[in-house]
Amino acid sequence: MRFQTLLAACLALLATGASADVNDAAILAPKPPRLLSEFGFFEDMATMSATAALAPYDITSPLFTDHADKSRWIYAPGPAHYQTDSVLDFPVGSALIKTFHYGAQKVETRVLLHQEDGWTAYPYVWNDEGTEAKLKIAGKDLVIATQFGTINYRVPNFNQCKACHVDGAKDFRPIGPKVRNLNMGDQLARLVQHGVLDRTEPDAPVTPDYRDASLALDTRARAYLDANCGHCHAPGLPADTSGLYLNWEEDRAVHLGIDKPPVAAGRGSGGLHVDIAPGDPDGSILLYRMISEDPGVMMPEIGRSVIDTDGVDLIRAWIRSLD
Amino acid sequence: MNRMILWGFALMALPAQAAIIDISPGPDAEEMLQEALILAEPGDEIVLAAGTYQIRNQLSLAVDDVTLRGAGMDTSILSFKGQTGGSEGLIVTGDGAILKDFAVEDTKGDGIKSKGVDGIAMIRVRAEWTGGPDPENGAYGLYPVQSKNVLIDGAVAIAASDAGIYVGQSENIIVRNSRGEFNVAGLEIENSNYADVHDNHLENNTGGILIFDLPDLPQKNGHNVRVFDNVSINNNTGNFAPEGNIVAIVPAGTGMLIMATADVEVFGNRFENNDTVNVIFGSFVEETDDDDYITHPRRVHIHDNTFGPSGTNPDDSEFGNVIREIVGVPVPNIVYDGVMTLTQYLTFGMKRDERHSIHSNDHGGQEPYANADFMGYFGLTWLHGVTNDPTEHKGDLQPLPPARVVIRGKDVSKTEL
Repeated sequence: MRFQTLLAACLALLATGASADVNDAAILAPKPPRLLSEFGFFEDMATMSATAALAPYDITSPLFTDHADKSRWIYAPGPAHYQTDSVLDFPVGSALIKTFHYGAQKVETRVLLHQEDGWTAYPYVWNDEGTEAKLKIAGKDLVIATQFGTINYRVPNFNQCKACHVDGAKDFRPIGPKVRNLNMGDQLARLVQHGVLDRTEPDAPVTPDYRDASLALDTRARAYLDANCGHCHAPGLPADTSGLYLNWEEDRAVHLGIDKPPVAAGRGSGGLHVDIAPGDPDGSILLYRMISEDPGVMMPEIGRSVIDTDGVDLIRAWIRSLD
Repeated sequence: MNRMILWGFALMALPAQAAIIDISPGPDAEEMLQEALILAEPGDEIVLAAGTYQIRNQLSLAVDDVTLRGAGMDTSILSFKGQTGGSEGLIVTGDGAILKDFAVEDTKGDGIKSKGVDGIAMIRVRAEWTGGPDPENGAYGLYPVQSKNVLIDGAVAIAASDAGIYVGQSENIIVRNSRGEFNVAGLEIENSNYADVHDNHLENNTGGILIFDLPDLPQKNGHNVRVFDNVSINNNTGNFAPEGNIVAIVPAGTGMLIMATADVEVFGNRFENNDTVNVIFGSFVEETDDDDYITHPRRVHIHDNTFGPSGTNPDDSEFGNVIREIVGVPVPNIVYDGVMTLTQYLTFGMKRDERHSIHSNDHGGQEPYANADFMGYFGLTWLHGVTNDPTEHKGDLQPLPPARVVIRGKDVSKTEL
């Protein structure tokens, strides 16, 4: 019996092309390794060339994180089941790996690990040479010169990761890899071929890319709010205390912020009276908090230190269009 | 033999040896403290040595049953003057957290927040903005929200731009022996159930004690709040809340405000020298389309309180001026807005099982009561008339049961934690 299980496990490994290079024990261990290289995700750390077992992926409508580029990979010992209700159910032993970088300059790599008792996450900060990254449980403040100017970059600590990556039961969870977020080009088919997704469907749902100017303004704005706010501002999630819900599914005007007075905003209100004043972007608390860099005012609270000017332009145009 | 077996079980039930993690001030203190808060195991204690800690990023605790304690609220100080990241000072999302004997100062946003936890104790902690009242201060000092089994004991909150001590959308709550000064609201219980607020001292706030309910929130229609043996005096600090926040409407000089909540028992308190009014209760003041939300208060029971001179100089603000104009100066000790449905207003008044009761108060020689009749004043002007008889409220109200708070399995309602 045990032999059969073992055999099945081996076959599964073969089927998914999971590589012996990846340190499965490190993914499942209660204590994380001190160095990113110990996971064996990359054949060459300096060039970030991933082993064949990792499936690279992108998402359609990404979160703004101080203009950082993001490279993402899925490592899964078996495929997730196609479903469109929630995040894909990558099996125990899976890892989601995301490196934040500005061009060739690597900053940090966050790993989400699916362990026996649920998901967990750890941040690794790269050395100046870009050859190794070190575990930083408590996060780190960095000052980085980028093409967008100097950025006071904050590597989030474990709990700050959890501030967004948490479900209604307070369990850690991935956010991005939902079918609708992965549905771009031939990506779903490619993930199936790679063995990290069991199947796909021709009519798979898609989250619009808010950067796609050919889409309707309302669609783009709601996609932007979903990607940048909806992981906290949704029923049952960390920012539901104020009753402002910005997730894609919300359709009640007051909960979307339309003419909704603030609840616990304090000076985050900026002296304004409602979250969204239709037709009046500058009278809207939502925009006021997007154009702030003050930690006591700005939204999102973590994940950015500079203003997402493209996002601000989009939301400004959207609020102006409302009546 | 039996004893041996019992011993065996007792040992098995014990968790792994709880650790004590000592933190001292210094350049690495923030990282060490945050790392300790992340790596702590249930039962561990993190101890802050005396001194001032400069903290740049919001601290957070997500592990259950962890104690964070210092050497005293005036000696172990977490200063967020240079905060660059995160809004709150400390956010707690782990159950059974015990925080005691330290201070959180000058956070960009709220001081200490707990969200969605079962069991949170804030004992002899202080949250303060050291520059005094300023609309740039954070909103709340001590801020449990969507939590149950909440104990705030011997705490101090100073200069919050909304409420010093604020418990929202929570249940099973005790706030006792605490002090709120120079906040917009000294102490506020909002959208919450089963709360005991007693033996607190509220002074020099805009409003001393606020008990109210707001629409469109995950938890609403709060009920069962007992407010007793508190002192709410000299709450005459000008309202410095940023506009847009509901608390910005509170007139300076308010001893207590009850709005749109049910089953509130107010007894044994002392209210004095609040320049607008000692106690005012009434309906939600804004428009709402929330059909599940009840806008008027039900079963407010005000008895055996002691009132001193107040209401001599109502605040020159929207509501202060309305009170001055309608009921005159000095404003009686207890003011009721008189708002109800139009049918009730024109016929027999409030529903029998929702009626209030006001009795056995020591009014110190002032006018005890006024029904301001806002409905008449703002709408049916030809019917408007102020009345001054508190016995117009015919509620037959019994004492409410005490709140019960259990943290880490221990009932702290009567004992200290």
